Amino acid sequence: MSGYSPLYLRSRLYYVLLAASGLVALAGMFAVYLMEHHGHIITGMNNQVVWGLPHVFAIFLIVAASGVLNVASIGSVFGKAMYKARAPMASLLSVAMLAGGLAVLMLDLGRPDRLIVAATNINLTSVFAWNVVLYTGMFSLIIIYLWTMMERRMNGWNKPAGLAVFVWRFILTTGTGLIFAFLTARQAYGSAILPPMFIVLSFAWGLAVFHLVQAATYAWNERQHDPAVIERTKHLLGIFVIGSLYLVAVYHLTNLYFAQQVGFVRFILIEGGIYPALFWLGYIVVGNLVPLGLIYWPGRKTNCVAASVLVIVGAFALLYVFIIGGQAYPLDIFPGFAASSSFGDGQIASYSPSIYEFVLGFGGLAIAFILTAVGVHIFNFMPQD
Amino acid sequence: MNINDLRRRNFLKTSIGTAAVAIAPGFLLFDIAHGKAQAVSGKVRWGMLIDTAQCQEGCSDCVTACNKENGLSGGTSATDSQWIRKVEIKDISSGRKVSLPMMCQHCEHPPCVDVCPTNASFKRADGIVLVDRHRCIGCRYCMMACPYKARSFVHEPLTDQNPDVPRGKGTVESCTLCVHRIDKGQQPACVESCTNKAILFGDLNNPDSEIAKKIRTVASVQVRASLGLNTGVRYQGI
Repeated sequence: MSGYSPLYLRSRLYYVLLAASGLVALAGMFAVYLMEHHGHIITGMNNQVVWGLPHVFAIFLIVAASGVLNVASIGSVFGKAMYKARAPMASLLSVAMLAGGLAVLMLDLGRPDRLIVAATNINLTSVFAWNVVLYTGMFSLIIIYLWTMMERRMNGWNKPAGLAVFVWRFILTTGTGLIFAFLTARQAYGSAILPPMFIVLSFAWGLAVFHLVQAATYAWNERQHDPAVIERTKHLLGIFVIGSLYLVAVYHLTNLYFAQQVGFVRFILIEGGIYPALFWLGYIVVGNLVPLGLIYWPGRKTNCVAASVLVIVGAFALLYVFIIGGQAYPLDIFPGFAASSSFGDGQIASYSPSIYEFVLGFGGLAIAFILTAVGVHIFNFMPQD
Repeated sequence: MNINDLRRRNFLKTSIGTAAVAIAPGFLLFDIAHGKAQAVSGKVRWGMLIDTAQCQEGCSDCVTACNKENGLSGGTSATDSQWIRKVEIKDISSGRKVSLPMMCQHCEHPPCVDVCPTNASFKRADGIVLVDRHRCIGCRYCMMACPYKARSFVHEPLTDQNPDVPRGKGTVESCTLCVHRIDKGQQPACVESCTNKAILFGDLNNPDSEIAKKIRTVASVQVRASLGLNTGVRYQGI
């Protein structure tokens, strides 16, 4: 890394954003304190919608953390120099997002103080417990991978380390998808297509985040981005967006084909109020069609940053529909019967996220931002083309 | 023997004596709190047979008894714990109505136990599915996995708990089949409270038990039998 030019963060915006993120992270901690003191009653979650907005943020961060490593993999595993120059930044971003996502996930637990219990009691049949191992392994592997890039004597190990990270992140995102794929009881989940769907979604979301961070660091350094680089990564984003759209479509199509699932598909895509609105408008239009237009529309200058922002907005819309909408639709405990009870049987569950959930979620984003911004500054991970 | 040796001896005697007095009550209390010494038998499998023909629409005696026995508030808001609930179902094509109580089905292969990251959800040797409140981290994955929506999350601080049924804010809970009563040779509170005798409780593994005999002779079903969980609670008339 010795040949890298020093990083000058002349932009005042950098420090303003850093301070603002610090405040958001602190606010997140305060929200956690209130949630632990009063219980989850102050959130919008209940016994029907048991995972709420914090899970949307956490899963976005964890999935994107895996996907952002694509940039590193294309460099180290497939030997593309342009991507290899960006591998350190991608690795740092991955660690930062993983940390932010896990923080949100852990702090939303009913008993976050029992973290040591989770670390010392591993149920081998639980995909949640597998994920504890997968996340820790990911952290360690990325740090080793970074070491092989930063320490000249370790350079020879860079390719094997890159390969290990490449394999591990596939397993990691499979694990994230399996959290839902293993839920046999619920109409929205329990599908083998979910792990591959999450993997391809991670490619798109990770690259979108990478584009934003890269654009921001270039701007802070008052450096011009090579148009050829933008052109290539832009097309890659387009391909990933199309790929993920395809898998989401197949997921809904298979559901639509099963008579017992038609009610659920009607709910999530047509009749479910906020959920179809978010799916069609948020995910399909804002998160896919508009970015694809921005990327592929002939004869106009591409706005890669705008496309990336929209892909991320679409990601949140999709996760909200998938996680919250999937729980809001009632369990079909008695097929062929209409059910009613005091516990929400046969009823669409209602959920409105509270301010504490938003603050916790943004706190996770803030943690990821702080780690990235400080890391880029300290380690001088600016891509050198 | 010089004076120093005596002092040392006295010091040792006093220390050991004090330590014994300090520790002894702890041992005694531990012994009392330990309850029955012998482990539960894996030969027994506790279960229930619910006759929906006897279960009256509008009657919620089992729910009331459960709430009282286990120290639940009885509230029915979306964040209140409900270990047992009355479900009214109506056949969509014929319009036939059935009323039944729904609670943890105490599966032989419980999905909640499979997914629990910390082994807090567990199945006792006698088939009762429980949550270890000391191990539960409140991740709610078991609530996502349960096909019967049998579990509740404690959303608020609790007061006035029943000492036999410890609960805790931030942890997940569900029907324990009144394990504290079973261990004393009693029946679950809901069974005892049902004036129509709609719930039959007993050992499914004992061929001579009333429940085993009845299951052999009348048609009964497991709810969501297609999931292959082999539930301990069975229903007649649906």
